[in-house]
Amino acid sequence: MQKQRLVLIGNGMAGIRAIEEVLKHDAARYEITVIGDEPWGNYNRIQLSPVLAGEQKLKDIILNDLDWYASNGIRLIKGMAATQIDRAGQYVILASGEAISYDKLIIATGSRPFMLPIPGADLDGVIGFRDIKDTEKMVVAAALYRHAVVIGGGLLGLEAAHGLKLRGMEVTVVHLGEWLLNRQLDQSAGRLLEKAMQQHGLKLKLGISADALLGDNGRVTGVRLTTGEVVEADLVVMAAGIVPNAALGQAAGLNVEQGIVVDDCLQTSDEHIYALGECVSHRGMSYGLVAPLFEMAKVLGNQLGGCGKQRYTGTMTSTKLKVTGIDLFSAGEFFGGEGYDELVLSDPAAGIYKKLVLKDNLLVGACLFGDTSDGAWYYQLLRQGRNIADLRAGLLFGQQDLGDAGTSGASRAGGLPDDAEVCGCNGVTKGVIVKAIKEKGLFTVDDVKKHTRAGASCGSCTGLVEQILMSTVGSSFQAAPKRKAMCACTEHTHEEVRAAIRDQHLITLSDTMRALHWSTPDGCPSCRPALNYYLISTWPGEAKDDPQARLVNERMHANIQKDSTFGVIPRMWGGVTTPDELRKIADVADKYAVKMVKVTGGQRLDLLGVKKEDLPKIWQDLDMPCGMGYAKGLRTAKTCVGKQFCRFGTQDSTGMGIALEKALDRMWAPHKVKLAVSGCPRNCAEAGIKDVGIIAVDSGWEIYIGGNGGIKTEVAEFLIKLKTEDEVMEYTGAFLQLYREEANYLERTVHFMRRVGMDYIKAQVLEDATRRQALWARLQLALADEPDPWQARIGESAAAPFADLPQ
Amino acid sequence: MTQQWQRICALTDIPTQGARAVQLGDMAPIAIFRTTGDRVFALDNRCPHKGGELSHGLVYGETVACPMHNFKIDLKTGQALAPEQGQTACHSVEVRDGEVWLARS
Repeated sequence: MQKQRLVLIGNGMAGIRAIEEVLKHDAARYEITVIGDEPWGNYNRIQLSPVLAGEQKLKDIILNDLDWYASNGIRLIKGMAATQIDRAGQYVILASGEAISYDKLIIATGSRPFMLPIPGADLDGVIGFRDIKDTEKMVVAAALYRHAVVIGGGLLGLEAAHGLKLRGMEVTVVHLGEWLLNRQLDQSAGRLLEKAMQQHGLKLKLGISADALLGDNGRVTGVRLTTGEVVEADLVVMAAGIVPNAALGQAAGLNVEQGIVVDDCLQTSDEHIYALGECVSHRGMSYGLVAPLFEMAKVLGNQLGGCGKQRYTGTMTSTKLKVTGIDLFSAGEFFGGEGYDELVLSDPAAGIYKKLVLKDNLLVGACLFGDTSDGAWYYQLLRQGRNIADLRAGLLFGQQDLGDAGTSGASRAGGLPDDAEVCGCNGVTKGVIVKAIKEKGLFTVDDVKKHTRAGASCGSCTGLVEQILMSTVGSSFQAAPKRKAMCACTEHTHEEVRAAIRDQHLITLSDTMRALHWSTPDGCPSCRPALNYYLISTWPGEAKDDPQARLVNERMHANIQKDSTFGVIPRMWGGVTTPDELRKIADVADKYAVKMVKVTGGQRLDLLGVKKEDLPKIWQDLDMPCGMGYAKGLRTAKTCVGKQFCRFGTQDSTGMGIALEKALDRMWAPHKVKLAVSGCPRNCAEAGIKDVGIIAVDSGWEIYIGGNGGIKTEVAEFLIKLKTEDEVMEYTGAFLQLYREEANYLERTVHFMRRVGMDYIKAQVLEDATRRQALWARLQLALADEPDPWQARIGESAAAPFADLPQ
Repeated sequence: MTQQWQRICALTDIPTQGARAVQLGDMAPIAIFRTTGDRVFALDNRCPHKGGELSHGLVYGETVACPMHNFKIDLKTGQALAPEQGQTACHSVEVRDGEVWLARS
């Protein structure tokens, strides 16, 4: 088949990212031509401010060098403007007169600085701040001249002013707003910024605009303000906003408002022409930050790559200023006002100001100055729309527990030394992460994860990685979208997939993937296990468990070890065993030359170093139930001795633990589930760090949920106090069934609780008796036909997957 | 070097989207994979990362994810998928009349 011709006008960050996304989907689909009017490859425009400030070099900000174009078979026409699009003939005409035919055209022409229409705007020495050329002009001017005026006290204006100041110029910022960054900061924070900028040596003229630019011999000499005052200037940088470059589209007759109008698929009013980046209007919005552009690129790549299943629905942006030594952050509706609650912490002497804006128990805006270490966390809460009622009291003081994975106490990513370990699982230091971000041009947490493996295992350092990313790349940081697709194979969220499985009565993996338009033929290691769990938990008895959708441990019903042998853990109900059982375990350990017998944290015995082919035999010889010590499912019920022996015991905790473990045995779940029952408030079974922890008191049982002793210790929350064992069973079962039905795969109970809120769980499990009993009944039904995993496979010793093929 | 083809097993001995391991003489253990579309591939049964047995991995598309640390290996080339680096040896394998044949080298 002949390749389609894909032409891109605009060799910038948005366009090239879109091409990269297309290549990712299908590298062979198109013959690609890129037209750019600048003479170099794609570079990181956002880093021009640090280049101007002398903190980075031009060669460091190149994202795609010329080799990249060549090695991907892309024709790059550089230093050449496109002058016309002929839609009828489907070709682009260049300034040289050459015509380039297309089947699909992408317009990514970006924006240009808004030049104030005042007298003198055409004088020499009056420039915008947009590209390498502008940056070079400023660097040259700083070497030759003394006085600079920056018109516009927004992000770009302040960065330009700061850079010019560092290069030795006297800089005055003229800003129409009452305070600096008046679109990104509220007045209080704006005032602090004003002070900080003045300390950096900038002169500020606020609430004033420029009236005319004065010149001599064609070169600018001063700026006249509306007050009549004249400020001396050899260089004037206009940073009063940007205008989408939509002229090419307009001349071609495309629908253009402020920018080129695109729909949620980034298609223009011509079906062969797409547009993205700063040159477009999407749902009435034009963006000037990089995060939305990258989101658009992803959707467009998906569209042109032939998948066509994603939609771009707009982006909530956040702000960060790239001026060394000044930390500010804002996002959302940070102005607040009537109908909003505002939490404010203000310490002007220390230069710290934090304002959080709440509405109906949701965080809707944040404005931080001086201490932005929690910006990423607030931004995450904002995007997730998480109920913050439980965090409210401490919200303003930030996420102090951040960085648990080996960086205890260090919550300021910026202040971490380079050799600080960020990811304890994979031994990744901050220095490695920063280096990868800079050298490989990474913008997302996912990218960092892929390239460094930081956060790729347990994920507990993700928040810290996000902060490092933010402090390294500034506002080019690309936050994860609010709506998180299950994995790269689909655009659907976990919740949507679950709903579809339930509502459309889907019972096989392939039906589910087909019904939901999966973009891969058989999923990936992330979605297949999740789908399998959703199917078997939604349709017990009907959906068939697919061993090929299980990861190794759940397929082998044992824990794989580093040498590819396995650990075998039989059930030991409530941690109680007998001499007979111990003798049997000892005999089996001898017979199969088990390398180690280890008491586990869950009060049972692990036989380690078992060969794969011995597994079915060892199960048969043990003749004990499978402990599912490997499973996303019920692990153990840890117990203390209880009143049968203990002089403090108030109830039979051991008996309660055994009864619970037997009732919930063979239960699969979104993640592992651990129980504990203690016989008195001394809590020897450590019930406070279990998914369900039960503590006996004289008058009954207290139930706690959502505890976790793992990566990050979480203390369980009190749910209810109950009188009888039957009640304990019913409430525990109902909570766990709610978790089974509604939690996302790999979401522990604590995270499920955080997501849906304790109020919701109480409403389901405590307040509505019918609902509770129905949940408990559904769990019992699901467990009724679930076989013991070992017993079911004992006869399979000769078959896959337990044995190698015979020679 | 001459290749000597040897019958290994029936295609149906390998689960779809799965793999089996085989030890041939003194050769390093080999994993034979079967994809959804019944294509078969053979690689040394050893992940270039930390030596995990790829035959226990999850097979999707024409890729296997190592059971140890989720390292992804291209079944066609034995090459680790970017940004990971590393390679495991590939072996010629084919299906003839429902039987899997492997070239011994």
